[in-house]
Amino acid sequence: MLLYTLKRLLLTIPTLIGVAVLVFFMLRVVPGDIVEIKLRGDGGNVTQEVVDQERKRLGLDRPLIVQFGDYMWGLARGDLGVSMWTERPVIEEILIRLELSLEVAILATIFATLISIPLGTAAALFRNTWIDYVVRIITIGGLSIPSFWFGMIIMLTLLALFNWLPPITFTPIYEDPVANLSQLIWPALAVGYRYCAVTARMIRSSLLEVLAEDYIRTARAKGVYEKLVVSRHALRNALLPAITVMGLEFAFLIGGLVVTEQVFNLNGIGQLFVQSVSRNDFMLIQGMVIIIACFYVVINLAVDLLYAVFDPRIRYGN
Amino acid sequence: MANAPQVISANSFVLPKRPNPVLSFVRQQPMGAVSFIVIAIMMFAGLFPQLVAPYDPLSINFSSILAAPSWDHWLGTDAFGRDILSRIIYGSRTALVIGFASSLMGSTIGAVLGIASAYFGGRVDNWIQRFVDILLAFPIIVLALVVVAALRKTVVYGVDVNLVIAIAIPIVPRVARVVRAAALSVNVMPYIDAARAAGYSDMRIIFRHMAPNVVAPFLIMFTAFIAQAILLEASLSFLGLGVTEPTAAWGLMLSGNAADFFREAPWMIIFPGVAISLAVFAFNLFGDSLRDYLDPRFKT
Repeated sequence: MLLYTLKRLLLTIPTLIGVAVLVFFMLRVVPGDIVEIKLRGDGGNVTQEVVDQERKRLGLDRPLIVQFGDYMWGLARGDLGVSMWTERPVIEEILIRLELSLEVAILATIFATLISIPLGTAAALFRNTWIDYVVRIITIGGLSIPSFWFGMIIMLTLLALFNWLPPITFTPIYEDPVANLSQLIWPALAVGYRYCAVTARMIRSSLLEVLAEDYIRTARAKGVYEKLVVSRHALRNALLPAITVMGLEFAFLIGGLVVTEQVFNLNGIGQLFVQSVSRNDFMLIQGMVIIIACFYVVINLAVDLLYAVFDPRIRYGN
Repeated sequence: MANAPQVISANSFVLPKRPNPVLSFVRQQPMGAVSFIVIAIMMFAGLFPQLVAPYDPLSINFSSILAAPSWDHWLGTDAFGRDILSRIIYGSRTALVIGFASSLMGSTIGAVLGIASAYFGGRVDNWIQRFVDILLAFPIIVLALVVVAALRKTVVYGVDVNLVIAIAIPIVPRVARVVRAAALSVNVMPYIDAARAAGYSDMRIIFRHMAPNVVAPFLIMFTAFIAQAILLEASLSFLGLGVTEPTAAWGLMLSGNAADFFREAPWMIIFPGVAISLAVFAFNLFGDSLRDYLDPRFKT
């Protein structure tokens, strides 16, 4: 098991290097960089000389291969570089926003888990009845309704019902949990709906598969209560694929946050990403992409390892 | 008389009629058929917006700014007095063109990579799969945004080609995965061996013998990703990094100052979002039904 884990960890390195290389060169295929936007973005009349100077200062005038070598050497030492816009270390820019985004992601996960398990189970148990159809509509809705629009509708509803909008300043949860939750629960709902839909669909289909297994028939033949058949025999096994989906979707929640944070005006990772894209802040984009990719790869690995914990039939390393 | 031999004419051997695929789809997947009607209506609106839309989507009318829904403006007007219904109708063209184009581009490249991966195997397979792994480590919208940052705008015939590419690239690895799996099972079929033994070229085997047999997963992925592409286009436009003013696009209608008029003009927010959700819903449901219909493993 340990050997397997180590092997898998080593195998993630080429993927991460690939991500770093791909992002670096993709951003530099087309000329035009941050200096243009920084100095000329608002139509300012700036001489070429000033632009060249700024380029030189940021090291953008060096040959691409030198910049690349510099960047990779930094990465190897765990240094993500400096934001080209604010000129603060990339890692610092990310860390100050991580708490907020992570909390929204965790709240969304809790919400999704609480709703998707009963929803998916009901759909599978009452397959092809109206319950199944209603769940199908709810879940396809989750895949179809844009999270940012759902967020806007939540705000509109709050406004219409209580004439109240969530606060826009962030308070850490350990300082004032009420203020914190009253701000973050809404974006969590907005991104959590999709999450919940994806998981519920997975639970439905894997539960249907498990319910057709021989050991379910055996359990029923033994006279086990139907409730126990479902909760102990079926659901436990059906949750495995659901765990995979939950893990991967968690890593991808950042995708939902990118847009939703904009709606709720949250200063999190998602907003930082959008900002750095519209400012052409290559260093920040690269840094964030690499961190997101690391996150994804680690969660992927964790999910695989969890499989062995939950399913005694799976053993790694032999 | 009673035992007279029955004459069997060749005509009485009538083969059972092949079921009409459209009819059997409608019968088996009524929800899929309904969603197809929604898609058809959207396509009509997108193809001939001038026939359906009551107003010019770009005409600014300062005498009816932020007008509430009424008989004149069924869905109200926006901050420039532009008719929201007309903008939604014209917006369906943007959504469909970008949705179709990017899903087709992404799915086709993905399918070719997937088939090549399965057919050549070995080292080629390994390289393609590592490349796919790398692309899969990006969340869809993050990858699209990186491409947007890299390419900027290039408009050809009114369509931002780079936006289409940005949406297509995240689709490639996802389709490649699924098509490769399907192609692997085709690859071991005797007719592929036969084609190889006959000395056909790799290209011919891939396009004439393998590709037609992975059409089902390809079609399923293609329709499902139209939905994703429309959603992604709306998100990017909402962020101000996709379609830009004054073009009518659903995501764009929700961006910028729309949120400033929460109290005064909620219709500015409600209706474009309904349009996005309905379109994506229809394509998702249609893709789902198509999968259930085409994939015998899901048949009930």
